[in-house]
Amino acid sequence: MSILFYASALVAVLSTIMVITRVNVVHALLYFIVSLLAVAVIFYTLGAPMAAALEVIVYAGAIMVMFLFVMMMLNLGQRTIDQERVWLSPNIWIGPSILAAILLVELLLGLITTDATIAHTMVEAKEIGIALFGPYVLAVELASMLLLAGLVGAFHLARK
Amino acid sequence: MFSFEVGSLLNIAFVLGAGLVVSIMMIWVERRFLGFFSDRLGPNRVGPFGLFQVIADAVKMLTKEDWIPPFSDKFTFVVAPMILPIVMLLSLAVIPFGPGVGVMDLNIGLLWIFAMAGLASYSTMLGGLASNNKFALLGSLRGAGQMISYEVFMGISILGIVILSDSFSLREIVEAQRDGWFVIPQFFGFIVFMVAGMAESHRWPFDLPEGEAEIISGYNTEYSGMKFGLFMIGEYIGMVVMSALIPVLFFGGWLAPFGLEFGNEIFSGLFWMGAKTTFFLLFFVLVRAALVRPRYDQLMSYGWLVMLPLSLVNLLITGAVVLYQAG
Repeated sequence: MSILFYASALVAVLSTIMVITRVNVVHALLYFIVSLLAVAVIFYTLGAPMAAALEVIVYAGAIMVMFLFVMMMLNLGQRTIDQERVWLSPNIWIGPSILAAILLVELLLGLITTDATIAHTMVEAKEIGIALFGPYVLAVELASMLLLAGLVGAFHLARK
Repeated sequence: MFSFEVGSLLNIAFVLGAGLVVSIMMIWVERRFLGFFSDRLGPNRVGPFGLFQVIADAVKMLTKEDWIPPFSDKFTFVVAPMILPIVMLLSLAVIPFGPGVGVMDLNIGLLWIFAMAGLASYSTMLGGLASNNKFALLGSLRGAGQMISYEVFMGISILGIVILSDSFSLREIVEAQRDGWFVIPQFFGFIVFMVAGMAESHRWPFDLPEGEAEIISGYNTEYSGMKFGLFMIGEYIGMVVMSALIPVLFFGGWLAPFGLEFGNEIFSGLFWMGAKTTFFLLFFVLVRAALVRPRYDQLMSYGWLVMLPLSLVNLLITGAVVLYQAG
């Protein structure tokens, strides 16, 4: 199980790097889907099959499809690829990478100092439901209100 | 030999073999039945009853020139047709074909099917987008809109079953139908699921992504040879998955109707599951012959204005009845 975990973690990190460095937006999106699938495998190995399934259904199956849908409408071509290439020049990404490197060092230090093992408690769908509509019912209601507002807003914009 | 257990090598070979053979033979069965429905003979030249037509088609597809358009996005163009058969075969893996027959038993089996159905839409979308062709793009735009919309109702329509059977596992859903098939308490769920399933696998009459009257062949316009064949075989495997899923969810899966069980439990189970699956496969063919393709706006408004409210009301009533009975 822990080999599976590290392998999918490696895939997730590598494909996310590829997402950032690709200049063709469709290829970047494909790598992003691979990264999300790898994260789903990680959830599964950590004993959360429900979260793994929802990761694939919601993120890879719905949100990324939306991204692709918008991309189809935008008529991206060689011009955007060239623009993307200019934006990837070293003097632009050097600052963010230094900051990200500091975070990475902190994360590694944290991982070394605490002896965390991979958890193996299975979380069933029923427990998630009980937790969501028990202690977290307020968060669920707030999220649903936010989504409803988004829905009404989109409907209003589309009518114009 | 028949001490089947889920996930044994014999079992995997059986499900994979049966799934692939049935999907491939469906191409011939469909053409033959469409012929009978429209008062002609259909393909009957190659071999007995034209049974070898499929082999002839396969040879033709494999020997055709495999052309990758120079103006296409080559990497995505090659990847897109592979996605559909792979994810469809993966969703075949969780379907329980009989007591102890099946490739794997997931306690999230139903969610697994939805995850795979969600990924299947990439095949249509990426295929059309990578072709760099106006008609292909229009086809995949239609496919994307249609699949996203109908996935919503498909998800809501089976939640009634999850409430009644108290599980996402397909095997437990079948076992929960010993006292009565779910098609009776979940009739509207069944209707919505069936229509959404047809739209999801873009079978006729929901084949707008490849509406040949307006957009040549839609998202697969630029594809030739076996790459086109992969799209086609993926669609037929999807049809088999859908026809096997409807009996599992609504018609008691391998359970025999009216106590008509005979002989070995596994034989009887496989027989009834096979019979129910065949019924729905042929029903899909009949629907193709009988119905005409709607306009795209009709398809969308039908989905959002009829199917969505119907599935929501069904879910609400099911939940209320279950809560009332629980006291």
